[in-house]
Amino acid sequence: MIPVAFQYHAPTTLDEAIAILRRYLGEAKCLAGGQSLIPMMKLRLVAPSHLVDLRRIQDLAHVHEHDGGLAIGSMMTYYQVQTSPLVRQRLPVLVEATNLIADVQVRNTGTIGGAVAHADPAADVPALLLACEAQVYTVGGAKDRRIAADRLFRDAFTTALTPAEIITEIRIPALPPLTGGSYQKFAHKASHFAIVGVAALVTLDDRGVCQRVRIGVTGAGYKPTRARAAERYLEEKAPSKGNIEAAAKRALRGVEFLDDHRGSAEYREHLTHVLVARALAEAAARASGTS
Amino acid sequence: MAYTVRVTVNGVHYIHRVEERLLLVHFIRDVLGLTGTHVGCETSQCGACTVLVDGLAVKSCTMFTVQTQGSSILTVEGLAKDGELHPLQEAFREEHGLQCGFCTPGMIMSLLQLLARNHDPTDDDIRHGLAGNICRCTGYENIVRAARLAGRKMRGRA
Repeated sequence: MIPVAFQYHAPTTLDEAIAILRRYLGEAKCLAGGQSLIPMMKLRLVAPSHLVDLRRIQDLAHVHEHDGGLAIGSMMTYYQVQTSPLVRQRLPVLVEATNLIADVQVRNTGTIGGAVAHADPAADVPALLLACEAQVYTVGGAKDRRIAADRLFRDAFTTALTPAEIITEIRIPALPPLTGGSYQKFAHKASHFAIVGVAALVTLDDRGVCQRVRIGVTGAGYKPTRARAAERYLEEKAPSKGNIEAAAKRALRGVEFLDDHRGSAEYREHLTHVLVARALAEAAARASGTS
Repeated sequence: MAYTVRVTVNGVHYIHRVEERLLLVHFIRDVLGLTGTHVGCETSQCGACTVLVDGLAVKSCTMFTVQTQGSSILTVEGLAKDGELHPLQEAFREEHGLQCGFCTPGMIMSLLQLLARNHDPTDDDIRHGLAGNICRCTGYENIVRAARLAGRKMRGRA
């Protein structure tokens, strides 16, 4: 339970951090909150010979408005996200989802950028970002770039990030009026990881018909995904119990359900079905102001 | 490879050269001799290692000592003042909030965090605040009672 020895760097600027990552390319890893990385290092599942602590780099932990939406710095801890008045006002579903992550200790230290870069198949944040159609901004790659959330998550613990790339900010577009959100999670008792977690955003038109539906699912497969068949089905339809149920069935399409110690593939499929239906129902009720 | 760390623990300043990979829990226990903080599950789930770093409850088994450069750390040993127990410690004694006591320091440090943020938590708030602390003995009932009593004591004294 002791990690392999490493050299520790605590740069104060992004340029410094990128230089270190490039110098030790492939052997250096960023340390954000460490709540996923350090347990893996203790189990010797990973053994970077250099750690680049991002905590002392100025202004990676901020929240401000951007184009009517939100710009969240990558080093914002979950606790900071939860307690941000701006996030509470603009994206309450993110506050709700964050509150279900792990526990107080992890939320005090773990970061939103770290969750994205680490890409645990059972992490909660990716489902939210998929449903919100977030953009992830990075530096340190061939050029500074932004990556859409649905292009970022490639495989279990694998993103599109290159070895010296650092996430700086996550931007979430403005939500249209009459939009409600919901995050439904069935958590593992001890670790609190999502066996399945579903984020849904539903936008209604003024007749109460679904105008836009976005669903992000985590924990079900080896990477978080959008339930696009379900989204397409429910758009242009009323969010009735029958329509939601039919949409939830379609959310199971194209998912390679994981089979592991937390649950069988069959169990995950069942959970996905149930949680998509619940998330859509709650999101629609909130959109119409009836919840 | 070694790193010089300057850190304050329970109000006392320390300077030590440590290996970069020295976990905070081992620094606290083996270097500083403060063994009230416990190593439990080794997988960051049980919370027996919980301490406050700059006022934030963290799992000290999931943090490197070098990350706490310049920080102020509070462990369970830092709670009692001049032989007088902290209200949380009194409450755990009065409500029998422990059996073997292994999880107790971690429970107390997490509750310190909870009560600092929420002076009058509901039972749900208490249980949510303790989600990162696992107990094998008590079934949690008396821990929740102790938390309620501690809250009352701390509100009374405030």
